[in-house]
Amino acid sequence: MVADVKERRGVAGIALPSLRGATGPLIGLIVLCLFLTFATDKFLSVRNFLNVLDQITVLGVMAVGMTMVILIGGIDLAVGSVMALAMMVLGYLNVVAGLPMGIAIPLALFVAALNGLVAGLLITRFNVPAFIATLAMMSITRGLANMITDGQQIIGFPAWFNMMAIVRFGGFLTLTVAVMIVVFIVGLLYQRYRHGGRVLYAIGGNAEVARLAGINVQRATVLVYVVCSFLAGLSGMVLAARLDSVQPSSGVSYELDAIAAVVIGGTSLSGGTGGIGGTIIGVLIIGVLRNGLNLLSVSPFMQQVIIGAVIVLAVTAETYRKRK
Amino acid sequence: MTNRSPILSLRGIQKSYGPIKVLHGVDLDIHPGEVVALLGENGAGKSTLSNIISGTVQPSAGEMTWLGKPYAPANPRAAMDEGVGMIHQELKLLPKLSIAENVFVGRYPMKSGRLDRKTMEDKARAGLQRLGLDVAPDRPVEGLSTGKQQLIEIAKALTLNARLLILDEPTAALGGEETQALFRQIERLKSEGVGIIYISHRLEEIRQITDRIVVMRDGAKVQEFDRGDVPIRTIVEAMVGRSLERMFPALPVPTQEVALEVRGLSSPSKAFRDINFSVRKGEVFGIAGLMGAGRTELVRAITGADPISAGEVLLHGKPVTPRSPIDAIRNGIVLVPEDRKLQGVVLDHSIAENIGYANLGEIARNGWLSTRRIREFAEDYIRKFGVKGRGGQNAGELSGGNQQKVVLAKWLARKPQVVVLDEPTRGIDVGARSSIYDLIMDLARQGVAVIVVSSDLEEVLGVSSRIMVMAQGKQAGILNREDANDVSVMELATI
Ligand SMILES: Nc1ncnc2c1ncn2[C@@H]1O[C@H](COP(=O)(O)OP(=O)(O)OP(=O)(O)O)[C@@H](O)[C@H]1O
Ligand SMILES: [Mg+2]
Repeated sequence: MVADVKERRGVAGIALPSLRGATGPLIGLIVLCLFLTFATDKFLSVRNFLNVLDQITVLGVMAVGMTMVILIGGIDLAVGSVMALAMMVLGYLNVVAGLPMGIAIPLALFVAALNGLVAGLLITRFNVPAFIATLAMMSITRGLANMITDGQQIIGFPAWFNMMAIVRFGGFLTLTVAVMIVVFIVGLLYQRYRHGGRVLYAIGGNAEVARLAGINVQRATVLVYVVCSFLAGLSGMVLAARLDSVQPSSGVSYELDAIAAVVIGGTSLSGGTGGIGGTIIGVLIIGVLRNGLNLLSVSPFMQQVIIGAVIVLAVTAETYRKRK
Repeated sequence: MTNRSPILSLRGIQKSYGPIKVLHGVDLDIHPGEVVALLGENGAGKSTLSNIISGTVQPSAGEMTWLGKPYAPANPRAAMDEGVGMIHQELKLLPKLSIAENVFVGRYPMKSGRLDRKTMEDKARAGLQRLGLDVAPDRPVEGLSTGKQQLIEIAKALTLNARLLILDEPTAALGGEETQALFRQIERLKSEGVGIIYISHRLEEIRQITDRIVVMRDGAKVQEFDRGDVPIRTIVEAMVGRSLERMFPALPVPTQEVALEVRGLSSPSKAFRDINFSVRKGEVFGIAGLMGAGRTELVRAITGADPISAGEVLLHGKPVTPRSPIDAIRNGIVLVPEDRKLQGVVLDHSIAENIGYANLGEIARNGWLSTRRIREFAEDYIRKFGVKGRGGQNAGELSGGNQQKVVLAKWLARKPQVVVLDEPTRGIDVGARSSIYDLIMDLARQGVAVIVVSSDLEEVLGVSSRIMVMAQGKQAGILNREDANDVSVMELATI
């Protein structure tokens, strides 16, 4: 991967800034796919590709929000717990309280977004570092999620809910994958072409420069945490549909997967560079890697080792490219 | 001087960044006990050359000899160990650490295996006092004015016991007093046999302090003078490669209509108290004073960057006292801040994006933007302001002076009603400086009210139709252009 990155240096310079960090990961993804095509005969098929898409929906939706947070130089450790809380709220409202899904889902998403609002306000109004604020929120929301049913799972959603994740419309897309693709497209367009999206780069680059330039840094920051938590909630809806059940222990350490996808996609943890385009590729790399390693019957423990190595490789390749 | 062997010799030093060649084979000798001025326009390659000597940047070709031995420092540490010290053009202090820790970072005095805090603070205090700065060495650097930070940076270099010291624009943020204190220290080092490379755009100081002048243009050495007291005009001609007629353009006649009025303004931190003045449309209003007089704090408050505890700001008679920069900008009051690295540009974003950041609202159509549209918007201003760079290039790759032009472009693109310029020509070469003065006058002619804060007395006197002098946070007086000269301003500034 390193060698390939080097060759593409000149081209990367004229690419869009939001793609700049993503050319390396894209080459990595292609190399990975080529390798798996030759290493196993099951990898290259439409069916397997659709499988990969199904498997990355939860991570994909979550990672878009995480990208925006990291882009402004922040971090959100609470997404995994917020996801679990949203799922439990959904289960409680629909199954226990008997509200229709049409009301339960929006309310669950609202609760998720509320967590982001609290985190955002802690960070902007009370100057709590993002790491600490979201670490606290991670613990609080996990506790709340457990309190709803005292740690028990909830089952008994309407049948169509699970079908969203199973039935392939037009023999192709499940509704959950469609949700992910919509999130990708909206996220990409927003970040690249909307006023509010470009502002995030300025804030991540240097928050004081942004403030003096008349950008409402506080409002943008709160908004980003709200959106990130909202998307964590949405990924919870997707997971609930896939599992046809909800449990408060869902999503443990998902925040780390989301951060890994963002970083592999070339967004810098210090903020200001990268973007959702790269994250989509990062999510695909993780998805394809897991899928391929399963096809090659690599043990799950070894998979963890390999994914760790890929993170290191991706970040080193980026740093190397920048230094040159 | 010439019969002694040089401490450092450079032969055929070249440097390229990708396809762009920024140094074309420079030769240079530095002897013990001499001060060599390195002059040239923005982007001439002065900082790059200094960075090569101090191990910060690696040359692409060429050789260096240090005390007769081949010399190729791999990093700043290696250069420091040989005895090369450098003050970088951009401040490189650690904001959370104390002043003393900053002065001794990486070479803390130790006693029986432990950090000797007392010795460190005593030495730091002594070093700062020699420069006329009286501050507690145990307070953090964060929150100190740019000028004070600059002095700390200088103190750091002076305590290095270097045999060669490179000062890259050390006085850019300093007033007259501090500059003289620095010169006394330079004289002392000189008598101890230290060689000094001195980079500055303030040509008046060059004659006072240097023994030799080396002029660079476009990455090459174009001329050398064997003495320091060369007429400024001659130096400037060598720098820009043509003759320059005048520095300050004629002042436009201001209207009678008051644009900005400040009434009884005070700051919560007591940095300034009870300030009253007004600026008319089309007027250039200068603010002078010594370091620490509260000038930067005042203009930051007027533009919403810092809080106000009492008083009000009026625009065309309407109260507009800002609570945030957004408020001020909406009313057409903008600030070009003094510290470009911390407040002006995002170094690892492109020039176009940097210009765009203050103008995204205007560039966007119904909230939609694209990189291409930002680029097109910026291209215009890059040309107009003569920024030496391409829109897609990172601002961090520009020379210091060109970065400053980017900051100016970003703000003036907004077509503001009141422009506040804090040290507008800090680190800007003569040619570009006179074009910035032209820009200021253009603004005034278009009816903009302009406020200029500067430590460069000649500059304030040259561009302002009235000058307010501040001393210790108070307004010491307002002088009309006819009555203002260096003596009358300094009298007010030191009461
Ligand atoms: N990292 C970099 N990548 C590409 N070009 C660079 C880089 N650093 C410097 N340059 C270019 O090298 C040239 C010389 O820059 P340098 O900073 O040495 O100028 P300078 O003489 O110190 O100017 P100033 O008076 O403005 O400080 C400039 O044209 C600049 O754009
Ligand atoms: Mg320079």
